[in-house]
Amino acid sequence: MTEFLQHLVNGLSVGTIYALIALGYTMVYGVLKLINFAHGDVYMVGAFAGLYIARGLGVDQEPSLAKAGVVFVGAIVICAALGVAIERFAYRPLRQRARLTALITAIGVSFLLEYGFQLPPVIDGEVPFPPGPTPRFFPEPFARVDFEPLGVHISNYDIVSLIVAVGFMFALQYIVYRTKFGTAMRAVSFDASVAGLMGINVNRVIVWTFALGSGLAAAAAILVAGSRPSINPLLGLLPGIKAFVAAVFGGIGNVQGAMVGGLILGLSEEYVAGYLLSSYRDGIAFALLIIVLLWRPEGLFGRVRAEKV
Amino acid sequence: MRYARALVMALLAIGGAAGAGCKDKEPEKAAPQTAETKTSAAPASDTIVIGHVGSMTGNEATFGQSSDNGMKLAVEEQNKKNGIKGKKIVLKTYDDQGKPEEAAVAATRLVTQDKVLTFLGEVSSSRSIAMGPVADSNKIPMISNSSTNPKVTKDGDKTRPFVFRVCFIDPFQGTVMAKFAAENKKWKKVAILRDVGNDYSVGLANFFTETFKKLGGEVVDDVSYKAGDQDFKAQLTKLKSKNAEAFYVPGYYTDVALIARQAKELGIKVPLMGGDGWDSEKLYEISKGALDGSFFSNHYSPEDTSPQVKDFIAKYKATYNAVPDAHAVLGYDAANVAFHAMEQAKELTGPAIRDEVEKTKDFQGVSGKITLNKDHNADKPAVVIGIEKNAPKYAATISP
Repeated sequence: MTEFLQHLVNGLSVGTIYALIALGYTMVYGVLKLINFAHGDVYMVGAFAGLYIARGLGVDQEPSLAKAGVVFVGAIVICAALGVAIERFAYRPLRQRARLTALITAIGVSFLLEYGFQLPPVIDGEVPFPPGPTPRFFPEPFARVDFEPLGVHISNYDIVSLIVAVGFMFALQYIVYRTKFGTAMRAVSFDASVAGLMGINVNRVIVWTFALGSGLAAAAAILVAGSRPSINPLLGLLPGIKAFVAAVFGGIGNVQGAMVGGLILGLSEEYVAGYLLSSYRDGIAFALLIIVLLWRPEGLFGRVRAEKV
Repeated sequence: MRYARALVMALLAIGGAAGAGCKDKEPEKAAPQTAETKTSAAPASDTIVIGHVGSMTGNEATFGQSSDNGMKLAVEEQNKKNGIKGKKIVLKTYDDQGKPEEAAVAATRLVTQDKVLTFLGEVSSSRSIAMGPVADSNKIPMISNSSTNPKVTKDGDKTRPFVFRVCFIDPFQGTVMAKFAAENKKWKKVAILRDVGNDYSVGLANFFTETFKKLGGEVVDDVSYKAGDQDFKAQLTKLKSKNAEAFYVPGYYTDVALIARQAKELGIKVPLMGGDGWDSEKLYEISKGALDGSFFSNHYSPEDTSPQVKDFIAKYKATYNAVPDAHAVLGYDAANVAFHAMEQAKELTGPAIRDEVEKTKDFQGVSGKITLNKDHNADKPAVVIGIEKNAPKYAATISP
């Protein structure tokens, strides 16, 4: 029983991260019908942005909650700016072109970030920039406290991650369904050209969507890096793909779907590695996806929109 | 619209220039192929070029850096002794970033463009296995300093004629740890956590299992991870419930340190065991004491009191201000074995040097006496290092 509960805790802590990254995929897809394949790498940049800020503040000498907050917010802001830049220069010029063109560009941006971060250093320092392929280690932003209810090990990092992630999800849910901006987002998602004719500034909606999604990826990165400290330029590869799977699994374009998809994926991975075969851990994500799509092609929560003629 | 496109172009141009025009830093990175199309001219006749392929960056960055430091020391000393046959030695190092495919490219480049007479490296078996065919097909000897997987010097059942190593191999290294666990520690139940994507790790786990079972022990579970994973808690939680007395984790130091930390977070108190892939100063830096009470097999111990070891540590400290790890020691030994063979060779060509390397017998290295057997491996004793207060401490020596 203890083992089962421990797996539950581990799975939730991985699942919330997938869910946070999946939210970014889902939002961008919902508004633009574009799979932003660079999203996983934005998550990686978030981890590095946090690392540079943490080093600048000297978090490893004396960690404090205030500094942790600065690292967290700073990384989110940097990534939001990066997301906006990617949209502005890579995707916007291609918005009227075939969808495949934008998809290939997204893959290109992803490679640019992954391998750009592995170039020889231009700015030297303890952690140079670009950091190169050597893994770097994230300082602990605040002291680790372990709890042991019922023999299950859980730390304050897990709790904080879960609370922050769930908080972000509810905030997003509120934005999309309860604010003017959210209404505009849903309108653009429904039909961008008509929304433009109705006086909605489509470009602004899309820019903010990218900013929000990228900021969430950065938040996920900082939550991960606090407790799993090794970061490198290829960090976003696997979580990016898995979060994409989680988003499709839950129904791409759907906020609750991304959350549920992320959690299910995290838990199923954990239980497969724990009770079946650890080498199948990554394969299970894709097996699940295939099974769900065979049964519900639009994903768990996705809705098929009938074309009215 | 238009200015955006222009800006992107400008940025790309700047980025490209920064990438291509980066100042030549040690360790030299293989420049992109577009940067120079002409092949470098054959080396001047008063120098001898030897190569080194190592992981200067990447997950195992200290492996390449330590090896290179050891080799540089050997080259300096040899040059002070008037080089080889009056010619100065030049060491050319390429970074493979810890990727087997890059290692093969770097080795090819050393042989075809830099015209090296011998090349040294790698520490990681997966990367040495990728480099072996390059040595054979170009008839240039390759001496690996610390790759321990048996496949490195083998091409199927045949021994690769041009590939050598100056260290012991995993059938022995796995045995060492199994013996240590069963005989010195009297452990009966061990669980294994292996890196499935790594020749070294898989080989070592298999050899350990074989011997440990022979000695009456039981392997209660055998689970896997992949190098670069962030989260090992699923596997560790599973192993925790199996009541093993120790875990055998034959991986590389970055992963092992993270595994140790996560094991501690899950309240796992049993010691971990591993192989020479643990040997790096970073292991202690990253694990922050989580490995206290653990053991790993290694090629040498800095506490060894033989004059060669004392001497080398003093020299190394004077130059690099650090205690050498096993990969630095073996890098130094590998370079010296190569120099010795070059001195003996009738002419300075790959095949002539190869013949002399093959004859290496009782060569006094820092890591012990090196004699190459018919499989081009060195039979040497191994030491077991224990970790106490987040520092390595000599525990035992186990002979073949």
